[in-house]
Amino acid sequence: MTIDQVITRLLGNRGAGPPAPHRTGDVLAEARQVTLRLGDRPVLDGVSLTVRAGEVLALVGPNGAGKSTLLAALAADTPVQGGTVLIDGEPADFWSARDLSLRRAVLPQAAALSFPFLVEEVVRMGRAPWAGTAAEHEDDEVVAAAMAATEVTAFAPRPFSALSGGEKARVALSRVLAQRTAVLLLDEPTAALDLRHQELVLAVCRERARGGDAVVVVVHDLGLAAAHADRVAVLADGRIAGEGPPAATLTPELLSEVYQHPVEVLGHPDTGVPIVLPRRPAR
Amino acid sequence: MSPSPTTAAAPRTRTAPTPQPAPGTPPVRHRTRAARACALTVGMLAALVVTALAAASIGAYQIPFGDVLASVAHRAGLGGHPLDRVAESVLWNVRLPRVVLALLVGASLGCAGALMQGVFGNPLAEPGVIGVSAGAAVGAVAAIAFGLSLFGTWTVTVCAFVSGLATVLLVYALSRSGGRTEVITLILTGVAVNAFAGALIGLSIFFADNAQLTEITFWQLGSLAQATWTKVLAVLPCAVLGLIAAPWYARRLDLLALGEKPARHLGVDVERLRIALVLVVALLTAAAVAVAGIITFVGLLVPHLLRMVAGPGHRFLVPGSALLGALVLLAADLAARTLAAPAELPLGVLTALIGSPFFFWLLRRTRRRQGGWA
Repeated sequence: MTIDQVITRLLGNRGAGPPAPHRTGDVLAEARQVTLRLGDRPVLDGVSLTVRAGEVLALVGPNGAGKSTLLAALAADTPVQGGTVLIDGEPADFWSARDLSLRRAVLPQAAALSFPFLVEEVVRMGRAPWAGTAAEHEDDEVVAAAMAATEVTAFAPRPFSALSGGEKARVALSRVLAQRTAVLLLDEPTAALDLRHQELVLAVCRERARGGDAVVVVVHDLGLAAAHADRVAVLADGRIAGEGPPAATLTPELLSEVYQHPVEVLGHPDTGVPIVLPRRPAR
Repeated sequence: MSPSPTTAAAPRTRTAPTPQPAPGTPPVRHRTRAARACALTVGMLAALVVTALAAASIGAYQIPFGDVLASVAHRAGLGGHPLDRVAESVLWNVRLPRVVLALLVGASLGCAGALMQGVFGNPLAEPGVIGVSAGAAVGAVAAIAFGLSLFGTWTVTVCAFVSGLATVLLVYALSRSGGRTEVITLILTGVAVNAFAGALIGLSIFFADNAQLTEITFWQLGSLAQATWTKVLAVLPCAVLGLIAAPWYARRLDLLALGEKPARHLGVDVERLRIALVLVVALLTAAAVAVAGIITFVGLLVPHLLRMVAGPGHRFLVPGSALLGALVLLAADLAARTLAAPAELPLGVLTALIGSPFFFWLLRRTRRRQGGWA
């Protein structure tokens, strides 16, 4: 660490401030040949992926394929051992925590809270990065909109700890939405949700993408990914096994190999959207 | 048995969404909590003034309220009148240093408790429980027993700070895993640290002579007797520095409640925040322990009560805990020296008597909520 870095660390880096506006199609985050090992096990092995403004990118794949790790690398949570992660055009370690928080929001798999904050207070925490910027005066509006989008407005005055698992998950998503960043990294936002709210969450993702943001979402339900994502990346054993539009990527051959289970893909009779089903023995 | 046709056909009304207000309208703010925080602050300030007046007036030598006010006003150059020689001396050399010391120690303990619970993300963290007070006490006892005087008046405080800081760092390193502190690990670490600190204190006592022994014993019981302006001066820098720095971190402590990674995602430099807060906690604990020995449970009880009434937001909790801590300790000290007058109960004993049952209750409640210890 140089003297400069020590001084910036001690004084607190005021940093680069809010990002410049972006256009649909801009690369907002990128992994280039990323390699990451946990212990001796390679979790990511030469993964390259671009995250573009205006699209929903779904990360799918079997358990342990490296989806969450890739998401963490894109979030600049985990330093990579090989390759680079670029966020807003700069290497991940270029940014301070504050600058990162103005550029990407992350939904963790499990929502935890140490003290009984109210739901509205939790959602409002998503506005913390914007304190002291011009966007601060929008706080009330943004918080209200984020709560309405995930249908948690009715819980606003209740303590977070009193909610059910699915409700907590939606509140956590609401907080992430309130952060209003150009990049949204969501780790299994639908895991604890019922059918209706799964659709709601993916619809919110599409809404944000239509507004010009980039949404990366880890999902296990391939049908959900096929129906809502603009692009899917199939991960297996720390590598990208296939990437592209859902209809072209989610093929029975690829999925059967990756999941090591026979999979069939049907087209929806009305919309043609792929429906992915594991092959099951007749009963 | 098949379900009856009526139940099978009945539409599920539960899925109907509750009506949502249009986006753009500000949500219902948690007015009650904010209002309660405000009322509470005013109430505590008023109670603090009254209790301070009472503490200055009540004792073996009674000084009426009016005389206390008059003398204080006189010294501050705001009119009033001086009292007779004895009253003036009792008030300014005995009562007031004690009042000020109680305020400083109480504020430090309350504030340290609130900060520590925030850093550990655990409502059972408290300097006394997890052994930081005992750690600071090792430095203080060693300073007394070995007759150190490196830093003049501040020697005991400095030693308490150094050993207290080392203890916080130790506890922090030992009790966290994967960014979390499990209750059981925290408490057990506290047991171990308290035991080790106790041994070191015992060792220092072994080497102390008779006069030092008496000094250590009285100091250990946790007492504000023999308060002097010199003692006030000895802890003032530590306490004031800590109390001024603490509210600075309130907003970031709120975010830390989400966990370390989510806090980082929201722009908090968690590593730096942690180091800064550990320093502040060590400052505050050292200030309290250096003069008053180990006074337990104030830092545990005070933030809890406030959280129950006004919610866990640290922007109120941190300064509020300092305020209520000061009030509680001032009242406890007043009780300690008047309940068994002319004898004086040790303050630390009194707070432990009241605080321990509360701690039992808290343990039971936390356990029930979690369904057992993780």
